[in-house]
Amino acid sequence: MGKKAAIEGWYSLDADKPHLIGTQCQSCKTYYFPKQSTFCRNPDCQSENFEEVPLSRTGKIWSYTNASYQPPEPFVAPENFEPFTIAAVELDREKMIVLGQMIMGIEPSDIKVGDDVELVMDTLYTDEDGEKLIWKWQPIGGSS
Amino acid sequence: MSQDIAILGVGMHQWGKWGANFVEYGVKAARDAIADAGINWRDVGFVSGAGTVRCGYPGYVAGATFAQALGWQGAEVNTSYAACASGSQALAAARSKILSDAADVALVVGADTTPKGFLKPAGGYRPEDPDWVRFHIGITNPTYFGLYARRRMDLYGDTQDDFAMVKVKNAKHGYHNEYTRYKKLFTAEDVAASPMVADPLRLMDICATSDGGAAIIVSSMDYARKIGKGDAPKVAAISTVTPTFAGAVVEMPDIATDSAVAMDARSFRADLPKKAYEEAGIGPEDISLAEVYDLSTALELDWMEDLQLCQRGEAASLLRAGETTVGGKIPINASGGLACFGEAVPAQALMQVCELTWQMRGQAKGRQVEGAKAGITANQGLFGHGSSVIVKT
Repeated sequence: MGKKAAIEGWYSLDADKPHLIGTQCQSCKTYYFPKQSTFCRNPDCQSENFEEVPLSRTGKIWSYTNASYQPPEPFVAPENFEPFTIAAVELDREKMIVLGQMIMGIEPSDIKVGDDVELVMDTLYTDEDGEKLIWKWQPIGGSS
Repeated sequence: MSQDIAILGVGMHQWGKWGANFVEYGVKAARDAIADAGINWRDVGFVSGAGTVRCGYPGYVAGATFAQALGWQGAEVNTSYAACASGSQALAAARSKILSDAADVALVVGADTTPKGFLKPAGGYRPEDPDWVRFHIGITNPTYFGLYARRRMDLYGDTQDDFAMVKVKNAKHGYHNEYTRYKKLFTAEDVAASPMVADPLRLMDICATSDGGAAIIVSSMDYARKIGKGDAPKVAAISTVTPTFAGAVVEMPDIATDSAVAMDARSFRADLPKKAYEEAGIGPEDISLAEVYDLSTALELDWMEDLQLCQRGEAASLLRAGETTVGGKIPINASGGLACFGEAVPAQALMQVCELTWQMRGQAKGRQVEGAKAGITANQGLFGHGSSVIVKT
C-alpha cells in the first residue's frame, strides 16, 4: 500500500521538502491557492494567463485554534478521534494566509501568533487503499 | 435629496426550534408588522422577501410565498438571497422601489426553519468545491471563529474570561426580549463549564441555529407624513458592499486568503460600515447602540472595532468597564444578539433592524437605551455579502 495525496494535484509529495502547488497570474503576479487558472480576481487585471508555481514552504502563524470535536463528513475520522490543532499561516512572498492542520502533538498552548512554521506531509487518514497524505504545519526550531 | 425611508411597523415570530413550516413564522411576523404600522395588507405595494435555501422551492421565491400566504392582492414581489445578509438586501430592494416612486409601502420579510444536526457539504470526491475541501481536512465553521478569537488574545491581551463576559452581558440583555430563544441569565461559570469546541471558544461562546422570522413595513416619507407617522424611525443607510480585493482575513469557507502581492490587503468587515456612515452622513460618534453579528462572543469585539466604535484592540476594555451593557456608553446587542436568538439566516439582519426600531421609539422593554438617536447593524453573508444598516430617529 503506497502513500497517496488525499487531494490530488494540490501539493508535491517530496519526502524532504514538500510544498503546496499554486498558480500565479502572469500579468499582475497575484498568487492563487487553490490553483486558479481561469480569471484573475484582481479587479484591475484582465489576464487569463496563469502558471503553476510552488508556494513558500515556510511562514508565520497568523492565528491558531483546534478541533475539539470530530468534524462531520467528508472528514474521515479515525476510530479514536483525538483533537488536533489548526493554524492559519502567513506566507511572506505570496502575501497570503493558508489554513492547515498542525502536526499531531502540538497543542494550542505550544504556539503563538508570529511563530515560524514549515510545511510537511503527514497522514490525513488511512483506508483500504492506503495512507492518504495532506499538508500540515510544523514549528521550526521549537522544542515542542 | 434625502434617501431616508420611514419604518412604519416591525414584527417578529419568537425564535426557537419549533420545526414548523417557515411560512408560519414569516406570516406571523408580517401580520404583526402590518398591525404595528396601522395599515391594511392591501396598502402594501411591494413584498420583498429574504430567501432561504433550506426550505425547498417556496424558500427560493420567499417574496411570492409570503404574499400568497397573506392573500394575493396584486402587489409586486421580489426575493433576495445573500446568505446571512439576505434581510438587508431585501430591505435595500424595498428602499430602491420606494425612492424611485415605484411603490409607497413595502413589506420586507424573512423566516427560516433550520434542519437538525450539522450542516455539511454533499459527499463524494469534490476538490473543486472549497467547502468540501475544508471539511475534508477538518476545518468547520467554529475553526474560523477560534482563529479570530485566538488572534485577539495574542495581539490585544483579550482573555477567555472577556469572551465569557460577552455571553453573560448578551444573556442579560436578551432575557427581557420576548422574541429571544434563550432566556437564561447565564454566568461566567456556566460558560467555563461548557465543553471546548474550537480553542479558545467553548460551546456557549458560539451561536446556535434557530427557527425564526422578522418583518418590517417601510414607506416613503411622504406616505408616512400622510398617515400621521412623519416622526417614525427612519432607515438612513444600507450598505450591501462586497469585499474589495485583496481580502486580508481568511473567511468561511475558504482555506486561503487572496494574495496581496498586486493590491494591498483589506479587511472586509472594516470596509463594510464605511458606506453606511457615508450614506447616513453621520459618524461612529453619533451612534447610540449597535446590533452586531455575534457568531461568537469574541467576534462581537471584532465588530465593535470594525464599526469604529473604539480603537483597534480596545473593545475588551470597554466591555470590562460595562460600557457595552445597556446603561453604558455604547451598548452592543441590546436585543440579546445571536447569543440569545441563534441564527435564522434570512431573518437575522431584519431582527437587528426591528430591535433598532423599538430602541428609537423607546419601546425596548427591560433593555431600553435611554435617548437612543441612531443605531447601526452589522452582518455578513458567506461568499462576500456585506450588510450594515443605520436607523435613526
